[in-house]
Amino acid sequence: MIRALTTRRTEMAPFLLLLPAVATMLFVVALPLIFSLWTSLTPYKLTKPNTLYDFIGLTNYVRIFGDWDFWEAFLRTIGFLTVALNVEFALGLGIALLINKITWGQRGLRTIMMFPMMFSPILVGFQFKFLFNDHIGVVNNALQSLGLTNRAIPWLVDAKLAMFSITLAEVWMSTSIFAILLLAGLFAMPRDPLEAAKVDGCNAWQVFRHITLPFLMPFAYIAMAIRSLDVARAYDLVAVMTDGGPAGRTELLWTLIARVGYDEAKMGQANAMAYVSTILSILFTWYFYRKLVAARRYMGGAE
Amino acid sequence: MAEITLEKVVKRYGALGVVHGIDLTIAHEEFVVLVGPSGCGKSTTLRMIAGLEDITGGLVKIGGQVVNDLPPRKRNISMVFQNYALYPHMNVRDNLGFGLKIAGQSPAEIARRVTEAADILGLVPLLDRTPAELSGGQRQRVAMGRAIVRNPDAFLFDEPLSNLDAKLRGQMRAEIKKLHQKVRTTVVYVTHDQVEAMTLADRIVVMKDGNIEQVGTPMEVFNHPLTTFVATFIGSPPMNLLPGTIAGQIVRLADGTEVPVPDRLQRFVRDGMAVQLGIRPDDISPVGHGLSQDGPGAEVSLTVDLAEPLGMESLIYTRLAGQEVQAKLYGPRIVAPGEVLAFRLALDRAHLFDAASGKSVRAH
Repeated sequence: MIRALTTRRTEMAPFLLLLPAVATMLFVVALPLIFSLWTSLTPYKLTKPNTLYDFIGLTNYVRIFGDWDFWEAFLRTIGFLTVALNVEFALGLGIALLINKITWGQRGLRTIMMFPMMFSPILVGFQFKFLFNDHIGVVNNALQSLGLTNRAIPWLVDAKLAMFSITLAEVWMSTSIFAILLLAGLFAMPRDPLEAAKVDGCNAWQVFRHITLPFLMPFAYIAMAIRSLDVARAYDLVAVMTDGGPAGRTELLWTLIARVGYDEAKMGQANAMAYVSTILSILFTWYFYRKLVAARRYMGGAE
Repeated sequence: MAEITLEKVVKRYGALGVVHGIDLTIAHEEFVVLVGPSGCGKSTTLRMIAGLEDITGGLVKIGGQVVNDLPPRKRNISMVFQNYALYPHMNVRDNLGFGLKIAGQSPAEIARRVTEAADILGLVPLLDRTPAELSGGQRQRVAMGRAIVRNPDAFLFDEPLSNLDAKLRGQMRAEIKKLHQKVRTTVVYVTHDQVEAMTLADRIVVMKDGNIEQVGTPMEVFNHPLTTFVATFIGSPPMNLLPGTIAGQIVRLADGTEVPVPDRLQRFVRDGMAVQLGIRPDDISPVGHGLSQDGPGAEVSLTVDLAEPLGMESLIYTRLAGQEVQAKLYGPRIVAPGEVLAFRLALDRAHLFDAASGKSVRAH
């Protein structure tokens, strides 16, 4: 009898030990997810709590998929993501390659490179908003003083220029993530394959193209996976710099979601959009993660 | 024709001299091994031939052409590295064909030559694997295959076997030798392992502290070492060196033991010369248990300190003229520590070195 009890107790031990973790996950992740999924199936308005119990099926989803504003924000987010990630990758790679060549003062430069990441995105947004201000901004002042233009360029007012300015701020803030990760990759890179490639007939560009770059790609995929999540949820920069304007021309998914959810109080519909956005993020992460796993399979042979 | 010539080649890193003006000519299709302890400049020399290190001074010529300022890719050499240096993201087939692809060969030609090389090295079943999926020996074979597909003027090997375990090293050593018999090409091979040097080389170049100590066939270097360094570096266990003084036709060792000067060395010695008598363990053996019984010799009684039986032979540690020496006993026979045996020194194979310069007395 006693033995049976102790056996049962040992059998229970793993589950008991897992319980806190499981409970936390349930409470912090699963419950909000289920709750927001449920609200996306109701006409939930923050001002009318009772609407939480009206089940309306996929109506919210049908509505947003038929809504051109949503699709515009959706496509603009993907475009923003694509441009920002590629530019950051290219610049980060260039910076990493240059810093890797430096023998003196490298530590200092590496630290300085991190500075943009130390600022709150909101502050970066404000700073760029002032830089790009058409009347008192430094950018226009500089261009005019240099005699490159005598107009006040409406950086944050013209739809195309505004998107450009936001992208620039984003790139300024986050290029160093790529630079740091790629630099780590360059440090980890074994020298022998590079020398073997030189002997095998490669010039400097071919060594980079065929040996260095493939070796760095896993590091780039890590950076891309992190950054794709970051950029896909971009809100602060845009909210501060243009707040989605002019006339919704810089509206991204999350600024739209916040507007629908809080300004218009249509939380059900906002949550439906949020779900689409989350799935988009998951897709990006999954894609880069798969690339990473594929690239890492061969890295064991680098030694 | 790819003869490699080094003329007064110097390598310095700032004030630190690594290679001090070496001269060496490596004939077409010759297998030359650069051997020496770590830091002797052998790898640096090889890397200067490859073009991976700048040449501080002197000339390196491949096939008569000065290559000092040519990048590696224009020297038509291929190199096998200690850490294999395979391209981790390519499978074996692409690793082998990479050089040809860069050279702009047609896919059909690449496929043909890759298959040919894979055949020679037994890599055909591995062609679709990545380096991560290969064992050390297999990786080394791929590295060799990558070197031979390009049909270069010369192969450079930089300690290719030192990452392998002892058994595999023996196998690969034999494979490299066979490979050279099949693919006749100039080979420069760097190693710190004197066994590899002896077994592989047409000629051995013994290096020390950035200088060449001796160049010669393995037997020349083994039988006629020019310096005490070569004498102790080539051959295992190392040659015993016993300090002494010449007195007429006699070498008087430190403790007064007298050994006749070998006949063939008599004309090289002067009375009163301080020398080191060099004698290999194989040439000190208990009477009746040596390699040869005839020829001039000397007999001494020695006490066995330690015996290491190796089966057909035993390595014996004993003391001669106040110094530990190693001796060999051939034939299965148990020897106990403390046993006193009559040892025969085969003096026809003994060496005499000038004590001051460390050079063989024959070199004076």
